[in-house]
Amino acid sequence: MEYFAQQVINGLQLGFVYALIALGYTMVYGIVRLINFAHGDVFMIGAFIGFYTIERYHLPLALVFLSAVAGCTVLAVLIEQLAYRPLRHAPKIASLITAIGVSLFLEYFTSLRQVFGPNFYSFPRPFPVVIWEVGGILVTNIQAVILVVTVLCLLFLQFIVFRTKMGRGMRAVSYDYVTAGLMGVNVNRVISFTFGLGAALAGVGGVLYGIAYPQVNTFMGFMPGLKAFTAAVLGGIGNIPGAVLGALIMGQSETMVSAYLSSTYRDGIAFVILILVLLWKPTGILGAPRAEKV
Amino acid sequence: MLLTIEQVNVYYDNLRALQDVSFVVGKGEIVSLIGANGAGKSTILKTISGILTPRSGKILFAGRNLVGIPQHRIVRMGISLVPEGRGIFANMTVLENLEMGAYTRASRQEVAKSIGKVYTLFPRLQERSSQPAGTLSGGEQQMLAIGRAMVARPDLVLLDEPSMGLSPLLVREIFRLIREINEEGTTILLVEQNAFMALSVAHRAYVLEAGSITLSGNASELRNDSKVRAAYLGDVME
Ligand SMILES: Nc1ncnc2c1ncn2[C@@H]1O[C@H](COP(=O)(O)OP(=O)(O)OP(=O)(O)O)[C@@H](O)[C@H]1O
Ligand SMILES: [Mg+2]
Repeated sequence: MEYFAQQVINGLQLGFVYALIALGYTMVYGIVRLINFAHGDVFMIGAFIGFYTIERYHLPLALVFLSAVAGCTVLAVLIEQLAYRPLRHAPKIASLITAIGVSLFLEYFTSLRQVFGPNFYSFPRPFPVVIWEVGGILVTNIQAVILVVTVLCLLFLQFIVFRTKMGRGMRAVSYDYVTAGLMGVNVNRVISFTFGLGAALAGVGGVLYGIAYPQVNTFMGFMPGLKAFTAAVLGGIGNIPGAVLGALIMGQSETMVSAYLSSTYRDGIAFVILILVLLWKPTGILGAPRAEKV
Repeated sequence: MLLTIEQVNVYYDNLRALQDVSFVVGKGEIVSLIGANGAGKSTILKTISGILTPRSGKILFAGRNLVGIPQHRIVRMGISLVPEGRGIFANMTVLENLEMGAYTRASRQEVAKSIGKVYTLFPRLQERSSQPAGTLSGGEQQMLAIGRAMVARPDLVLLDEPSMGLSPLLVREIFRLIREINEEGTTILLVEQNAFMALSVAHRAYVLEAGSITLSGNASELRNDSKVRAAYLGDVME
């Protein structure tokens, strides 16, 4: 029983990080109907920014997060403007292939020696680890940080989407961008903002991931990216609470599979879930079946 | 003239949808564009509001050429389009839809005032203000679309087939409201297939055929024009 509870805690830790990545997939999809495969790599860049700002510059944690947020936001806005915007009116497949291209570019370019380098680097601990025992379950201060930071991010996101003008613009564009434009919404700006917002969350996720699983590598974004994407599909792509729910489920299933079956299957479970969802309910748990607009 | 369209040509890829279209709308007028399915009526409105860009020609609004100005800035300049099929945000409430109409406006009090005004014009919207807009009837959605355009406080409203899919009673109601909005000082460019209603509410009208304007005149003249009667009014007799 304690073992199970321990796994739930571990699964939560993973699920929260996936949630931060999944939100970017789902928001961008909601706005431009594009699966931004480069998103996992933006998360990787966030982790590396965390790595450098802690290791080299010894910045305080808040500034580490801010640097990752700033770096990832700028990167994602550039990617959107340079790579995706010119293809906005081209067939969907063009943007999809471009997204894969951008992803590979980020992975291989950054693995050059002159950039981040090809190796695995151990992520420095930004604070000493404290372990608490609560009723036989071990909880670390890392998990507490992940919980607090993620919840703050979700509240911030909730505020942006439902309480600001930009958020209203996002909801309108995601429903129907032509009509949104007729209301005076600057659709291009909303799209840039959405990419930036998603990337900011992924940047935070990257730093948290580095703290929790202290190793970075330029290909580290692939698997978490894929799992977060699965989480977004599972929750209902385009649906914000759905992405969080899907991510929590992904975190649990992965942890449970490695705890009770074998850690060999931990990545496989993501694919199994993805395939099952696509077969059984492609709109996901919370996604409303809605006619696709073209 | 508030709006002057000069020699406008619009293409969809290689298909020419508008051919040297020229017409004017004066301040305070209701002008109707009538024409059959596919004549290019919606294309004209989309071009004025910046969704489509003409290949050649000018669109002057209060003296400024709108060609090349992005859609969201044209709204700020004072032109609101009520699109064909209404373009309601079905997932938002009635009130949120109205607030979307005020997206370009800064002052919350002013916006609240405008929304209040829309509610007096359309009391049914007020009763349903917190209802998801997708659950409104077709007529109510049309009222919402018009109300939402009014909240932006436009100088010129472009209406694309407001009578579409409505019962005769509702059509008359909508046209009464159009006249009311006009009497309060808003200029209206109205696109209709329901030529009879369009000609009864408008001051002037243009007839569009296969992308070109073929007839123009005062609405009352056109109503008695034999060609118009044959082509667009059928055998409607008063
Ligand atoms: N997106 C598009 N791509 C290609 N052709 C189009 C497109 N939209 C309209 N057309 C064509 O342009 C012409 C004018 O269309 P438009 O929608 O302006 O007609 P309309 O007068 O509004 O007709 P209706 O009364 O049916 O709404 C039609 O021949 C139509 O097929
Ligand atoms: Mg039309």
